[in-house]
Amino acid sequence: MTKKPIQFKLNGADKAVFVDEGQNLLDVLRRGVGDLSPKYGCAQGTCGACTVLVDGEPYLSCLVLAQTMEGRQISTTAGLVVDGGVDPLQEAFMENFAAQCGFCTPGMLMAAKALLDRNPKPSREEVIEAISGNICRCTGYEPIINAILDAAGRGVGRRSA
Amino acid sequence: MSISVKTFDSAAEAARALIGDRTARFMGGGTLIMRDINEGEQSFSTILLAKDQALKQIHARGEQIVIGAGVTMAEILSSRELDFLHPAARSVGGPAIRNMATVGGNLFAAHPYGDLATALLTVDASLVLAGGEQGMPLADLLREREREPRPVVMSLTVTRPQQRAFRFKKVSRVKPKGVSLMTIAANLPQQAGRISGARIAYGSMGAAPMRVPAVEQALEGKTLDETGIAQAVTVATSGVEPPTDAIASTWYRHEVAPVHLKRLLLERAS
Repeated sequence: MTKKPIQFKLNGADKAVFVDEGQNLLDVLRRGVGDLSPKYGCAQGTCGACTVLVDGEPYLSCLVLAQTMEGRQISTTAGLVVDGGVDPLQEAFMENFAAQCGFCTPGMLMAAKALLDRNPKPSREEVIEAISGNICRCTGYEPIINAILDAAGRGVGRRSA
Repeated sequence: MSISVKTFDSAAEAARALIGDRTARFMGGGTLIMRDINEGEQSFSTILLAKDQALKQIHARGEQIVIGAGVTMAEILSSRELDFLHPAARSVGGPAIRNMATVGGNLFAAHPYGDLATALLTVDASLVLAGGEQGMPLADLLREREREPRPVVMSLTVTRPQQRAFRFKKVSRVKPKGVSLMTIAANLPQQAGRISGARIAYGSMGAAPMRVPAVEQALEGKTLDETGIAQAVTVATSGVEPPTDAIASTWYRHEVAPVHLKRLLLERAS
């Protein structure tokens, strides 16, 4: 199996790795560079647990051919950490009880971040649409929707935009 | 299984490579082929990519609009030229999928997917294939899309529908987004208040999205009201053999198709 060298930025830091041809981005992030924040869920593009931002837009990393990421900027939940503490978006998730088992949470956070970066004051319908590709089997979605609206109320989008 | 990836500057080169290699697949956005790789699909071992910028074009010439096969659902949603296709593009997955999934890929999406292809059938989509044929009707491709080697679609040309003539409805059990139980697209141009040149297409009601000639003929010359559409509703599944799958049975699809068709047809006429 041929290895391909690629370079990209992960949460602002330069990364250079060898990837297998056909390897997906999720696998490279988790096993190649040790970022375990995007989760391996369905590997079919259905659950959204592996959502990351590529150049600021949400992508499902399980369906991204890793070698096409040359020169791209990738953001994951691990990059939300601010000065050793959690991001205000994560605070809003905690305070609104938006996580139970937590497996969907990294994907939900990145889907929410993509929304708030583009649209700092979304409507409830826009929030629902933004997370429509992310499945949560614990919360029933309401706390997640409330958390994103709460984060928007705190000006999270304006800060990160 | 070991996968190799070959990248070409033009889609035509990729198409030539595809003809010569039965183990190769052309990849657009990756939402179909990467799924297969993740599942351990053994039927192909080479992925072909093309960096051809022509695959990303959207441009209008009068009422005709050319859409590159590599245009994503998100790019359709950003295009004012393609506003009539926004409901169909928005029905495909969530925002992340829409950043990846392409027009060309949707033409090859197996049942029950292919919502955009269903819509494209009603706006007279014709295809330009990489390195070859021009003007192939989309319906022809959909009928033979499993035949190898699969063609590389370069672009589609669609005809902008008359104002307020286009309608689209995706029926699914999960809100706001779920797999299609049935998708209906309708292009209903009118002359002097009567339908002239109706195009009706169903998705998830067969092996591939399809036109429904019985309904189209029943609508011809009729008015868009309860009386005018009555005959079309009675022949809603004439010539259609919907499958049974995890979403719904053949019987259920037969039963609900007339209901959803009627709702769509009366949507704005009421």
